[in-house]
Amino acid sequence: MPRKKITISEKVEYLSILNEKGQLDKKLEPDISEDILLRMHRTMLLARKFDERMLNLQRQGRIGTFPPIKGQEAAQLGTIAHLRPGDWMVPAFRETAAEIWRGRSLESIIIYYNGYNEGVDIPADRNDMPISVPVGSQILHAVGLGWAAKYRKKDDVAMTFFGDGATSQGDFHEGLNFAAVFQVPVVFVCQNNHWAISIPLSKQTRSKTLAQKAAAYGMPGIQVDGNDILSVYAAAQEAVARARSGGGPTLIECVTYRLMMHTTADDPKRYRTDDEVEQWSKRDPLIRFEKYLEEKGLLSEKKRNQVESEVLEAIQAAIDGAERQMETLGDPLEMFDHAYADIPSYLNEQKTDLASELSAIDEEGKNG
Amino acid sequence: MAKMTMVQALNLALQQEMEKDDSVIVLGEDVGVDGGVFRVTDGLIDQFGERRVVDTPLAESAIVGMSIGMAVYGLKPVCEIQFSGFSYQGFHQLENHAARLRWRSRGRFHVPMVLRTPYGGGVRALEHHSESREAYWAHTPGLKMVIPSGPRNARALLISAIRDPDPVIFYESKALYRAFREEVPEAEETLPIGEPQIIEEGEDLTLISYGATMRSTLEAAAELKEKDSVAAEVIDLLTISPLAETILVESAKKTGRVVVVHEAPRSFGTGAEVVSRLMEKAFYYLEVPIERVTGFDIVIPLFSREKAYLPGTGRILRAARKVLAAR
Repeated sequence: MPRKKITISEKVEYLSILNEKGQLDKKLEPDISEDILLRMHRTMLLARKFDERMLNLQRQGRIGTFPPIKGQEAAQLGTIAHLRPGDWMVPAFRETAAEIWRGRSLESIIIYYNGYNEGVDIPADRNDMPISVPVGSQILHAVGLGWAAKYRKKDDVAMTFFGDGATSQGDFHEGLNFAAVFQVPVVFVCQNNHWAISIPLSKQTRSKTLAQKAAAYGMPGIQVDGNDILSVYAAAQEAVARARSGGGPTLIECVTYRLMMHTTADDPKRYRTDDEVEQWSKRDPLIRFEKYLEEKGLLSEKKRNQVESEVLEAIQAAIDGAERQMETLGDPLEMFDHAYADIPSYLNEQKTDLASELSAIDEEGKNG
Repeated sequence: MAKMTMVQALNLALQQEMEKDDSVIVLGEDVGVDGGVFRVTDGLIDQFGERRVVDTPLAESAIVGMSIGMAVYGLKPVCEIQFSGFSYQGFHQLENHAARLRWRSRGRFHVPMVLRTPYGGGVRALEHHSESREAYWAHTPGLKMVIPSGPRNARALLISAIRDPDPVIFYESKALYRAFREEVPEAEETLPIGEPQIIEEGEDLTLISYGATMRSTLEAAAELKEKDSVAAEVIDLLTISPLAETILVESAKKTGRVVVVHEAPRSFGTGAEVVSRLMEKAFYYLEVPIERVTGFDIVIPLFSREKAYLPGTGRILRAARKVLAAR
């Protein structure tokens, strides 16, 4: 009876192109147009500044609970940059940079995190799903979207985002398994930011990498330095091309770090050390990317400052615009809309009940 | 017209709707080559191929979650969960996504999917194969919950469910699958979702039921007519949610005496909602308190005891006579 090694054909690679010191592996450098490089930089800076500002707004009580993305911008932008508008973005809830890249307005994000459904409005020309809060559950929707695209013989791709915590969920397993069995055009982007609220990666899995889980499903998996936008871009380019040409799904593990809290309701000092955060701050994706652009002659201090003042201006304008818009939002009766295609009669009655209650309160108010 | 079992009638609905609309996709465990464990999807793979009749890996959450993605893309997935007892692994996809995507996206996306699943007792099945949990789905805003009671309305309602722009949970009674045959017209026939039907008109008493217990309810009505000279009005809900109450309220106003029958547990069940609606809209017309004849608030027992658990004609008759006797 034999007892021998089984060779698994799927390979799991690690990719790093621009290291944390900003040193470039010239041989691996992806060919990215100047235009895309500068757009990625502007979006990264905008997302970073917006994130910081949102945190301030939350602390001032001007928005509700908010999940900061700081540190994860490269993982989001290097992947999403490959999607066409007709492709499907299926996000979790910490993909603000990717959403901004897709064209989601800063106003809508502020409005959403102020508790208004209007902030979810997605224009008809963009195939973006709304954010998904139950961890990992959105992965399956990408599989269905990819399945449908393949059925319709379209070359649309679905890209879904999730974190390291999601890889413990059944939906992750089921989603990757279905995707591989049906060979659907889906790119699975895992942002391994090392923390699922207070649970470190070491308590999430005994696997050496998350990328290797792809091998179990029979799909390619690659682990990349998620704070290096060039690595992320190169890996996603391959994965999207594979999906679009009928080559099936790919799992990309972007090794990154959540520099801030899980959400503004969380205090990370309870479970991780300042030193760890400090170490990861040195691997900031923005600093590294700017150094690369400077060395390529695409960015100067002057130009960077100009971009920064432009994005700060855009953020301020968005805050002002959102706060203006919110003065007229919030009619409670609107919450009955979009429950079903047609509103059932009992629901209409509930709506009418609330309307009369509201006008009664209004009357009482007037009568003092 | 041909006489068909409910299995055959459901198969006809799927076959005709798939023929008509290439966005209709059937998926689930064993629905393809095997034709479904109850044979509801029998033969579909031969006519429509593996592209449209998809044998999936064994994972209910993925079957539901993938259907959501397919529906958002513009397809009309009809997924089968082999037994309703296994649908709970897909529960969170229905609750968190299917039911609320229209609302969350303010109408940008909607989920025109159907989840078909066999429910209920009465076929001497294994554990986890006999529950009746329609209240779970009916309690989730954004879902529709439909339960046919015979071959003809099953076929008509399934077509409507497939065409419905919102997600529909479609419960098929295992006890009714092959219990009797009915004339089912070859030509397309639909029934509106959200409309109960008066099956028998009467003035003395209203009997309200749906699904598998419609049979025992109708038997009870026949016996009341024969032995007690009582004309019972029998109403088949057909749609549990959205529950349309007008027909129920009008009937209660007419008869003043109501019995609600279902095999699901009593507390927080469909009967409770029906009673509440009648209390709100027909209270002053009621002669006596409304009776509920239901399953008990326990796990449905293994099949040696299921006859005692399920509401049979005897229990319905006792409740009806109690309501009729009260002044």
